[in-house]
Amino acid sequence: MNNLLSIITFLPAVAALILALFLRGDDAAAQRNAKWLALAATTATFLISLGVLFNFDPSDTGFQMVEETEWLMGLKYKMGVDGISVLFVMLTTALMPITIAACWNVTTRVKEYMIAFLLLETLMLGVFMALDLVLFYLFFEAGLIPMFLIIGIWGGANRIYAAFKFFLYTFLGSVLMLVAMVYMFQEAGTTDIPTLMRHSFGSETFNLLGIQIVGGAQTLLFLAFFASFAVKMPMWPVHTWLPDAHVQAPTAGSVVLAAILLKMGGYGFLRFSLPMFPVGSETLATFVLWLSAIAIVWASLVALVQEDMKKLIAYSSVAHMGYVTAGIFSLNQQGLDGAIFQMISHGFVSGALFLCVGVIYDRMHTREIDAYGGLVNRMPAYAMIFMFFTMANVGLPGTSGFVGEFLTLVGMFQANTWVAAIATTGVILSAAYALWLYRRVVMGDLIKESLKSITDMTAREKWIFAPLVAMTLILGVYPALVTDIIGPSVEVLLDNYNAALPADAATDVAAAH
Amino acid sequence: MISNDLQSIFPELVLAIYAMLALVGAVYTGKDKLTGMVTYITAAVMAVLAIWIGSGTYGPDQAFGGMFVNDAFARFAKVAILIAGAAVLVAGKEPMVKRGLDRFEYPILIALATVGMMVMVSAGDLMALYMGLELQSLALYVVAAMNRDSVKSTEAGMKYFVLGALSSGLLLYGASLVYGYAGTTMFSGVIAAVQGEPSIGLLIGLVFVISALAFKVSAVPFHMWTPDVYEGAPTPVTALFATAPKLAAMGLFARVLFDAFGGVVADWQQIIAFIAVLSMFLGAIAAIGQTNIKRLMAYSSIAHMGFALMGLSAGTAYGVQAMLVYMSIYLTMNVGTFAFIMSMERGGKPVTEIAALNQFAKAEPLKALAMLVLLFSLAGVPPMVGFFGKLYVLNAAVDAGLTWLAIAGVIASVIGAYYYLRIVYFMYFGTTEGDVQTPMAPAAWLMLMGSAAIMLLGVINLFGIEGAAATAAQALVN
Repeated sequence: MNNLLSIITFLPAVAALILALFLRGDDAAAQRNAKWLALAATTATFLISLGVLFNFDPSDTGFQMVEETEWLMGLKYKMGVDGISVLFVMLTTALMPITIAACWNVTTRVKEYMIAFLLLETLMLGVFMALDLVLFYLFFEAGLIPMFLIIGIWGGANRIYAAFKFFLYTFLGSVLMLVAMVYMFQEAGTTDIPTLMRHSFGSETFNLLGIQIVGGAQTLLFLAFFASFAVKMPMWPVHTWLPDAHVQAPTAGSVVLAAILLKMGGYGFLRFSLPMFPVGSETLATFVLWLSAIAIVWASLVALVQEDMKKLIAYSSVAHMGYVTAGIFSLNQQGLDGAIFQMISHGFVSGALFLCVGVIYDRMHTREIDAYGGLVNRMPAYAMIFMFFTMANVGLPGTSGFVGEFLTLVGMFQANTWVAAIATTGVILSAAYALWLYRRVVMGDLIKESLKSITDMTAREKWIFAPLVAMTLILGVYPALVTDIIGPSVEVLLDNYNAALPADAATDVAAAH
Repeated sequence: MISNDLQSIFPELVLAIYAMLALVGAVYTGKDKLTGMVTYITAAVMAVLAIWIGSGTYGPDQAFGGMFVNDAFARFAKVAILIAGAAVLVAGKEPMVKRGLDRFEYPILIALATVGMMVMVSAGDLMALYMGLELQSLALYVVAAMNRDSVKSTEAGMKYFVLGALSSGLLLYGASLVYGYAGTTMFSGVIAAVQGEPSIGLLIGLVFVISALAFKVSAVPFHMWTPDVYEGAPTPVTALFATAPKLAAMGLFARVLFDAFGGVVADWQQIIAFIAVLSMFLGAIAAIGQTNIKRLMAYSSIAHMGFALMGLSAGTAYGVQAMLVYMSIYLTMNVGTFAFIMSMERGGKPVTEIAALNQFAKAEPLKALAMLVLLFSLAGVPPMVGFFGKLYVLNAAVDAGLTWLAIAGVIASVIGAYYYLRIVYFMYFGTTEGDVQTPMAPAAWLMLMGSAAIMLLGVINLFGIEGAAATAAQALVN
């Protein structure tokens, strides 16, 4: 089959259409049907996407399973995967059934809820597969609409503010990228991503309004893309939308946001910034490294003082994404491998942590840490699973969290020792906030009256966590599962990157290493 | 050859004669008896003419010695004008009846205004330009004050008339300067006169003409009338104002800039870019505080005109193509949006507060969904077609070296997104119970749904409008 990627991408959208057109009523039966159909569609998508993984040849570093059709405005509808994107595709398809299963308790506007998630899946998959600039932008931006609605309709008390902040923040970041894309289209005469990767944009230093732009057009283009991806990631200091969005979003929304949507920023850096603007990346790499170091320490410290569980995990996400950006802009094999690994691992771990919060939120309807304590007495299974993911979040060896953090730190150390030293303190801080959270929520005596009758996880909830536990462990003990797939592509990315740098810059890099 | 000339203006002739006959017929059959029939027949005549114009060439490209130009550009604009006019007429039928405004003059005046618009986009001479513009404007002044028992409506008509007269004065003054320095009113003569180093008198004339046209497209700083007129006029009339005349004025704008002043692009490029930037920002910022959806749409249309002008300011064929694509998308969105706004009522009285839409999505999920699509399209969020309109003009601007304008445009579009989202917010996230009803005739319902569907399905190939727009732009800029 040569249109496997399109089938995966649009299968959820077709299911959404079926739901919208044929499902009538809002009684319990209709709600159940909507949930089952969504679950079936996402599961089917996952199973078909396994076909992509099996057909994928890691030794081929080009794009595979490419589909190409003429589109409007001289653009192309072009889809394909390489070693970097295929794992994000898998992450998305694997997490979506879990997400759908996690919203089984929702009873308001269920049909619309399912439609929003199904459309969101289509758009997220499109982002990771698109091989045309505008097609990428289309998927990237369109994802804002369902997420805006998910936060705004099914969110918490302060959802309106969070939804608007989420939308406008990310929209502002992206439109600058749009202008850069239009410029690239004019400059290179194509929007084909593989072609643009080989195109070298101007890197002559020039003077703009009295400011010397080192790295020339590449630096400006890099900054325009950076505006979009840094917000999406999110990097310090443009991360402030994330805690709001997370706190207000419903559980399933948080899971998708943390596990998949944030990864688009990192993916963007790997797909666009490094290969297309090597000189710009080189010019600003140190800057990004320092921003990442600040993000790691800052977000960890802020996480320490949070009183809302979701907010705490949101800040921990910001810190973990700091490792990702630092790894990417270390610009060496370990750093890049680690960054990608960290993203995949964070997808499972943070998703699971938000689900953990969701489990007790469903029972108590509060996310205040103070409202809990001593849950282990009534919920042993929950305590066990929460413990596991807390450890994975801290980066305990044996879990996937460790591999990502370790690799990125190794990469960082080679690029900039100071940044690595500062970032390492983040490891300690993350242990502090995560374990402290765990202690306050789960350990101790069960004193609170309201918690006396709380029930342990149901079979459904346990089954939701099972695949996440499995993935976290497997990736933790056998990371080659990921690195074997991304390795060759990352290597080519780095080779091209170094080859694209002007001779003097390249020697600088060599001297620095 | 007079017969050739008549062939070229045949559609205008048909519509004008039809309007006269309908007027006579309606007058002799007694008050407003034929209104319903006249409305539908007018729409049908306009639709047939649109198909006929669109289906092929008829008559030569030039008529009356070049005073009337019937090239691909004019035909493209005419088809769009006729379709939009007919659509608004049909969609507005029910609301007009409900408000007791179903007078037979309404469709006839619109037919006459449409003739004026068709002449505008075909003008090859300053006199033809003025005649078309005035025919259109005079008919529209009357229509704005259609609801003569309403203070707001008469005020709208009056305001529109006074300011419109001022802009006509500017236009005439500019035209006389151009005539004085070029020695001719023909565009073909003017373009010859401005070759090389144009005289300062010609440029001053150009600035006056641009000001008058900016008034007609309601670009900043000549936009002041727009919100008041939009608010005061009966909603179906507002729908008309927001659609066909905008395209006609934009077409005329392009016609003058390229046919008469195509040799001095650098001289007017800055002016157009400047008013484009002002329009985009003012439209985006001023709309934020609006509580009335009609005023909001007025500012929205100002912002959209800014984007269309961005396409024009590129000064290239691609820019004109971008403008035409943008305007076509804009018309489609607005027909759908206004079909909805027209139907908003509470206990039979029209409602225009945005807050009345609270929790609308619960009451009418399908209509709310259609509006959601249209609003995101107006905001320019992909995958809605509105995004491609923006992409087109951005492309044209960057292509012409106006990257700063493109950056300003996208920033304005982010600000603008806020107020479209606010409507979505009321419809979907609202906490209090809204009490708006939206009874719709099947035709209006079809337009709302159709325009929303176009916004979604157009992502596949924009319904092939690109090719037609490219041909039209080539005909204008050569």
